[in-house]
Amino acid sequence: MTPAGSLLTASGLRKTYGPTTALDGADFSIHPGEVVAVMGPSGSGKSTLLHCLAGIVKPDEGSITYNGRELAGLPDAALSALRRSEFGFVFQFGQLVPELTCVENVALPLRLNGARRKDAEQTARTWMERLEVDDLLGKRPGEVSGGQGQRVAVARALATNPRVLFADEPTGALDSLNGERVMELLTDAARSTNAAVVLVTHETRVAAYSDREIVVRDGRSRDMERAV
Amino acid sequence: MSIGHTLLGLLESGPRHGYDLKRTFDEKFGHDKPLHYGQVYSTMSRLLKNGLVEVDGIETEGGPERKRYAITDAGITDVETWLATPEKPEPYLQSTLYTKVVLALLTDRDASEMLDSQRAEHLRLMRILTDRKRKGDLADQLICDHALFHLEADLRWLELAAARLNKLAEEVRSA
Repeated sequence: MTPAGSLLTASGLRKTYGPTTALDGADFSIHPGEVVAVMGPSGSGKSTLLHCLAGIVKPDEGSITYNGRELAGLPDAALSALRRSEFGFVFQFGQLVPELTCVENVALPLRLNGARRKDAEQTARTWMERLEVDDLLGKRPGEVSGGQGQRVAVARALATNPRVLFADEPTGALDSLNGERVMELLTDAARSTNAAVVLVTHETRVAAYSDREIVVRDGRSRDMERAV
Repeated sequence: MSIGHTLLGLLESGPRHGYDLKRTFDEKFGHDKPLHYGQVYSTMSRLLKNGLVEVDGIETEGGPERKRYAITDAGITDVETWLATPEKPEPYLQSTLYTKVVLALLTDRDASEMLDSQRAEHLRLMRILTDRKRKGDLADQLICDHALFHLEADLRWLELAAARLNKLAEEVRSA
């Protein structure tokens, strides 16, 4: 059953990779504008949960409903379009295209959605200003620091105004100060656009930027709000 | 925190009244726990008695008598010694959390549930502090960071304890 008002809901997700069970009946739900941290030990299944929720990996069992639509019922092309236009992604590293400048990287998803170069780069500049990296417009990813690159990646993920932002260990490769600034900017920007954020992290200081926490252990999820 | 040493340190920049001392202390260090007037005056009496401060003047204009305190040379030496002495690291060997886990296991209660609810409570406080840090100045950020790092250490312990619960149960029940 989909919880009232939820944007993205998963129930009873199971996924195995060969003999390894990655998810074993995981549940999840998130509302618009909500930041939910997904925590758990290494290998607990949290990244698999994120990949299933984002439609990147198909679960063996269970259902995922986004905005009233079952992801399993969508053809691949529709799923790709959904990921391109309504979902945003931030990963730990290696996500920027090295041959493109930072502004071209941020503009890339808009261009893929059919926007004209000038319009896409104008929107990209606005997002880079918000993420405080507008001094890097013409630089290539190899010329910027890890923290700067991550802010560029967040700007790119938010440039299409996604309704759900998936962030998998977005500060995992950063030091404390840079990581916290990225989290501040990411959550501020997401809240201002009412985007929901699924934040996979093993760091409790990063999880403290969320509104709610789900813990995944041995492929099973637990909503920690119910633990109190 | 040593209130006496802190008030002495504040007096190094110049003589102050008890009220000024309280106000400056509260502004800089008192965030959640402002000083009571009684604490300030009893501390100042003690410092006076020990020769670490002296009365620099007394004002009476338009109200009750107000003493202005100044730090003495002995007081400056005392502050210097205090600042130069490392604080004893807190080993946290008498952890209430550990006691609760062991008791839960010994009495066949759900220790895992207990750890989860503690974890949720810790994270709730971390959210409040993170929010305060975002809105605060640098002093607020540093104070909150100190608390956040300690809470994070507790949370790491809670996770570790949860992961070792079965083994711990065997040990405490066989002992």
